[in-house]
Amino acid sequence: MGDLLGNISNFINNIFVNAGSAIQGFLLGLGLMPQAVVVIMAIIGIVILVGFLLNNLLVLIYLERKVVGFIQDRVGPNRVGPAGLLQSVADAIKLLIKEDIVPDRADKLVWALAPVIITAQALMVYAVIPFGPRLILSDLNVGLLYIISVSSVVTVGILMAGWGSNNKYSLLGGMRAVAQFISYEIPLGLALIGVIMLVGSLSTIDIVNFQAANTWLFILQPLAFIIYFIAGMAEVNRVPFDLVEAESEIVAGYHTEYSGMRFALFFLAEYLNQWTLASLGTTVFLGGWLPIGIPGVFDLSFIPPYLWYYIKAQALFFVLFWVRGTLPRFRIDQLMGFAWKGLIPLALFNIFATAAIWIVGNLLNFWRA
Amino acid sequence: MVTAETLVFGVIALILLGAALMVVTGKNIVHSALYLVLSFGAVAAFYIVLQADFLAFVQILIYIGAVTVLLIFAVVLTYNANTQLSNPGNAQRLLAAFISLVLLVLIGVVLLNTVWPLNPAPFTGSTVALMGPLLYQTYALPFEIASVLLLVALIGAIILARED
Repeated sequence: MGDLLGNISNFINNIFVNAGSAIQGFLLGLGLMPQAVVVIMAIIGIVILVGFLLNNLLVLIYLERKVVGFIQDRVGPNRVGPAGLLQSVADAIKLLIKEDIVPDRADKLVWALAPVIITAQALMVYAVIPFGPRLILSDLNVGLLYIISVSSVVTVGILMAGWGSNNKYSLLGGMRAVAQFISYEIPLGLALIGVIMLVGSLSTIDIVNFQAANTWLFILQPLAFIIYFIAGMAEVNRVPFDLVEAESEIVAGYHTEYSGMRFALFFLAEYLNQWTLASLGTTVFLGGWLPIGIPGVFDLSFIPPYLWYYIKAQALFFVLFWVRGTLPRFRIDQLMGFAWKGLIPLALFNIFATAAIWIVGNLLNFWRA
Repeated sequence: MVTAETLVFGVIALILLGAALMVVTGKNIVHSALYLVLSFGAVAAFYIVLQADFLAFVQILIYIGAVTVLLIFAVVLTYNANTQLSNPGNAQRLLAAFISLVLLVLIGVVLLNTVWPLNPAPFTGSTVALMGPLLYQTYALPFEIASVLLLVALIGAIILARED
């Protein structure tokens, strides 16, 4: 009986890896070149990943409206489908069938390409996020650097959207968004440097393996976790840092002139970025796909690793809902002051403290190097 | 024999050259800035083909993420409604083309006659792990001097932009 349970648990844990091996074996059996098989497997992986992300997005949008509604002592959507479950589907259909309004004197190519660049960049980050022990699209040696550098491409997209719309509010909103983004990119990177110092590698799989061998990194680097999360919230324009797209402040910032499916792309990219914040936070600080458990006391490892990843990322995302329903919005000067005069010195202090504790610990032979 | 590597190199080189050409001959200055972004991306693609992954992503981070932002801010803050005319044609186009051709021939001759030290073995391993000791041990002094230079630039910018 125990053997059967072990087999079932093994099967569920490795279901994606086994399916991948089966498909790879089938393709090789067809007599294709190995390089072509690699490309086809990559394309299949990308399709599955994007499918998961977009469906997850529908869940997240529904959850956001419900959770923020409950925090604000109201019910949230409850008309479309049982308990409003089909609300996201209705929203998607609405955005699909809206009229595509193109501003008259906008720079058409620049204006049209901006949401494409932003959405592409939002999706590209997921190439190095591990969903399980062998469930990663591409285990780059420079995984964290890839994430930070690809995230920084969004500035170009935002500037294109702001300038191409031929609208003063869009331009101002775009420049503010880029200023906010590059200001908070620095503490984000500095906080991750503390983690990289401990792990000794930029690869996300190495980071999770380090957490499997030692303890979860949010215990070893609590300040870095907090700085990462706050800076990440500011990077994805999440309340309380959503000045650049708040309706009462600047119409809708750099995506004022977009309607219908183009706005849907911006919306998509925003939620994808927030899910990236949660996913990267779980991978780097909360142990990725490792199960929660105290050896000897309780062991929850029968839950498959990809489900653990999802639970933890969703828990971090819930903190985002929580903060949204609770905190008021920052002003632009408060925002910038907080980044440059608050978070950056803290992040630098974190790096020095990590290095100092490590060196002193090595000198006292307190822990292995 | 056209290998896949040659093909990829050719495609990226075409994109790079085309984008660079559009930067200098484009009529609209914001479009020129965006073509520059494309050329930066093509250079990053070259780095990836050469297996310098760290350098490729640092190229994207610094050039596309920071230098481009600087350029586009400079352009849109001095925004003139006549952006169609922001890159007017040059009266000295023929002379410029001639001098560019001479330069191309000179550099081409030098490049083709140099014996480049080639590494025949494909590189596997972590470039970051190799770069760390180089930066912090072998070349620590130039690294520190470069950081001081950046600090001076930062302080200079803050002083220049102060209101009092």
